[in-house]
Amino acid sequence: MKNIKFLLIGSLFGLILTKTEAVSWYRIQEMFHFQSFHMYGIIGSAVVVGLISVLLIRFFKVKSLGGEDIVIPDKTFNKGSIIGGTIFGMGWALSGACPGPLYALAGAGYPAIWVAIASALFGTWLYSYLRPKLPH
Amino acid sequence: MNTFIEWLSQPWPWYVSGPLIGITVPLLLITGNKMLGISSSLRHTCAAVYPKNIAFLKYNWKAESWNLFFAGGIFLGGLIGGTLLANPDPVALTVEAQASVEALGVSARDGLLPESLFGWEAFGSLRAWIILVLGGFMIGFGARYAGGCTSGHAIMGLSSLQWPSLVTVIFFFIGGLLMTHVLAPFFYALP
Repeated sequence: MKNIKFLLIGSLFGLILTKTEAVSWYRIQEMFHFQSFHMYGIIGSAVVVGLISVLLIRFFKVKSLGGEDIVIPDKTFNKGSIIGGTIFGMGWALSGACPGPLYALAGAGYPAIWVAIASALFGTWLYSYLRPKLPH
Repeated sequence: MNTFIEWLSQPWPWYVSGPLIGITVPLLLITGNKMLGISSSLRHTCAAVYPKNIAFLKYNWKAESWNLFFAGGIFLGGLIGGTLLANPDPVALTVEAQASVEALGVSARDGLLPESLFGWEAFGSLRAWIILVLGGFMIGFGARYAGGCTSGHAIMGLSSLQWPSLVTVIFFFIGGLLMTHVLAPFFYALP
């Protein structure tokens, strides 16, 4: 039951992504062609609000509802940031979707998106399998 | 009530949706000490369904099940936004953007997404299959290799001032621009 709140927060997140057309293949094409400010405005303002929130949480030492200290683990840098990042960006531009939109579009009833979801799962699995041999 | 639904059904401007997406970061931190990130749900699904003997997939994914509920929520949000609150008009593109889309051989007047790539007709199109299979594969493989996707690095990582996320996001864009301006025209020219 404690997970129901994450289902609700996810629903809001998916609704926002869908209604602001961040899930739209058209908007992603437009973004990579620098033809509209829309996607840059979304990502930029999301980061500004997220950053201010994180600074406030740290400054006031806000605790989680469970009474724990809020910890944000450090992201680590390795060659994957460059190689994996480039591969991900290519997939994002080719399909016009990233993981959040994959789920939202499945919900919105686009049947062929399931092909991309299945393939993304296979990509994740194959990365996990090849991980020991890949440069990091 | 109907006017309210009509009002909500319009496309939401970036200055409304962007800050709301940003609010998800503290909402997840405060409600559960969780970091926004969506592509991890793909890894948890692999770990749950077919971990084989792969070290990277042998962990207690059930301890991370919140992330699968979050992903399920995104599905529901898409369901509401794409049906009950669907915008009846096509995505409002500039003349230049319409020209770029049509240059790829895709209709600019379909709705939220082009039907030729994401609707039922996509199943009969070699081009759509290749774009969806290859695109999906690169999303899944690349996100895990990079340790996250747009939500985990661009939103969560940049919000917490993590320089590895900034580098990753820059490479997301380098890959995206390379695809859009160099490779995509070949894939979209397929029959």
